[in-house]
Amino acid sequence: MTGTPHLTLTPDQQSSLDGRRGPATAMAMRLVCGVAEAAGAQRLRPIDSAHVDGCLYHGQAGLDLVEKFAELGGRVAVRTTLNVGSLDLLHPGMVRTGHETSAAAALMDAHVRLGCEPTWSCAPYQITHRPAFGTHVAWGESNAIAFVNSVLGARTGRYGDFMDIAAALTGLVPDTGLHRDHGRRADVVLDCGDLPGALLETDSAWAALGVVVGELAGTRVPALVGLPGNLEDGVTEDRLKALGAAAASAGGVALFHVVGVTPEAPTLTAVADALTPVVEVDLAHLRAARTQLTTAIGDTVDAVSLGTPHFSVREFAALATAIGAGPRFSPDVTVLVATSRAVLQEATRLGYVDIVEQAGARILTDTCTYVAPVLSENITTVMTNSGKWAWYAPGNLGVDVVLGDLHECVASARVGRVVRDDRLWT
Amino acid sequence: MIASGPEFRGKALTSGTACGAWIKLDEPLSFWGGVDADGRVIDVHHPQAGTSLTGAVVGMCSGRGSSSAAAVLAEQIRTGHSPAAVVMTEVDTILVVGALVAAELYEKHMPIVQVDESVFAQLAGRVTVRVDVAMTARLTTMGVP
Repeated sequence: MTGTPHLTLTPDQQSSLDGRRGPATAMAMRLVCGVAEAAGAQRLRPIDSAHVDGCLYHGQAGLDLVEKFAELGGRVAVRTTLNVGSLDLLHPGMVRTGHETSAAAALMDAHVRLGCEPTWSCAPYQITHRPAFGTHVAWGESNAIAFVNSVLGARTGRYGDFMDIAAALTGLVPDTGLHRDHGRRADVVLDCGDLPGALLETDSAWAALGVVVGELAGTRVPALVGLPGNLEDGVTEDRLKALGAAAASAGGVALFHVVGVTPEAPTLTAVADALTPVVEVDLAHLRAARTQLTTAIGDTVDAVSLGTPHFSVREFAALATAIGAGPRFSPDVTVLVATSRAVLQEATRLGYVDIVEQAGARILTDTCTYVAPVLSENITTVMTNSGKWAWYAPGNLGVDVVLGDLHECVASARVGRVVRDDRLWT
Repeated sequence: MIASGPEFRGKALTSGTACGAWIKLDEPLSFWGGVDADGRVIDVHHPQAGTSLTGAVVGMCSGRGSSSAAAVLAEQIRTGHSPAAVVMTEVDTILVVGALVAAELYEKHMPIVQVDESVFAQLAGRVTVRVDVAMTARLTTMGVP
């Protein structure tokens, strides 16, 4: 471990570190510089915006940090949106309260005092915060990181709690990794050309594919070839959102290219070279991922969870269509849809929310069903179309999961039993 | 008779001094969703689910998944349930910032060290980690036959 280049600051950055912009910025600079040194960065780079994931309560340390920044007079230096918190501030009865409720509320409030926008969403990219292609940003929340890098072609590192708020307060990030052209090249090509086209019309196939991508790529940058899609049509965006969320959960994927679809990969040669290793992804991979994301043994369904990441307006439209004029959900099945306030407002205006609620679903905003105590404690088996939800819920909530597509989730919620069509998967 | 092994060097990503049993993770692990507040591995997909990492020198090739791992680690350091040290072959800045924040707020220091794979493969038994002002880490092993 020799010859590591050192970080060099501009005079302006050095003066921030020395306290010219106040003690909160200086403390944030110490964190940014510590991470930059660890990452081997030689300089810091200005950012246009930030998305902060630190507003979900994970314990006293997170609250202590943000309250310290606020107490020291900190203000964010760039536009900053907020990820989900631990509470649904719009629907106070939805999340069970406990000994951490007041701390969780204080954490959300302290972020707003620093000048962050109270968006409370893990899908800010489907509200108004859509960074332009090629711009540099500092985003937290693994699905949002994967989306902003891959689908929008803006550039963020894999920032976590604390680093995202430190970047927002300083307006700076280490100039390394995914901020640099070299870091965005594909390390592995995943050939998906043999996957059945009909299967790729279901949303659960994209969730399962995300898990396969995460497991095969780990923390590397994969380039997927042989997949259909066009970002102009809207459907593709939600599919890539599901894929990225699952790939970031099962692996550490922060950027993936879909050749011919995502903006940095018009061709394979734009992102990979002749020596980049190629791995075939086939139906057996997807089937194995679907099996892995289905831990339930029996066929009873107690709940259905949709909206991880937060539902988009288009996903509300698809759900409303799937519900159609069919019967209401079984009274024995809890159906939850998580979304952002902004999407809720628009989906309400368009009439989708009425249809969804009249069918028996409940809407959750500001937080998420697998990070907050929303599901009643006697629920043991939950169906979802989300690879990310299915990945984390068994560990987080102690429930069994079943992965199904949106139509299968609706059909299962009506009868309280797993209704899945296995024909496309065999 | 306790045998003392050779000294290895690495790049310290955070400062501190630590000693603990070596636990090498067989697969990447996210501290968020993967380890509970008491330091136990709860990721049902992980081969070492159920293992406690508290007080251990934990070896991991890389982190995995969620960007909230820093908060979980900082809280574990605050409450005394974190590993004694983390040794990795690939830098995971998410864990680094968690340890930096704990040092800023509580003056509790958990060293995170990056080593070459050849060094990583030789760590075993009880591992002691010391970091100097130049951020060079020295690792020694004990109890290795």
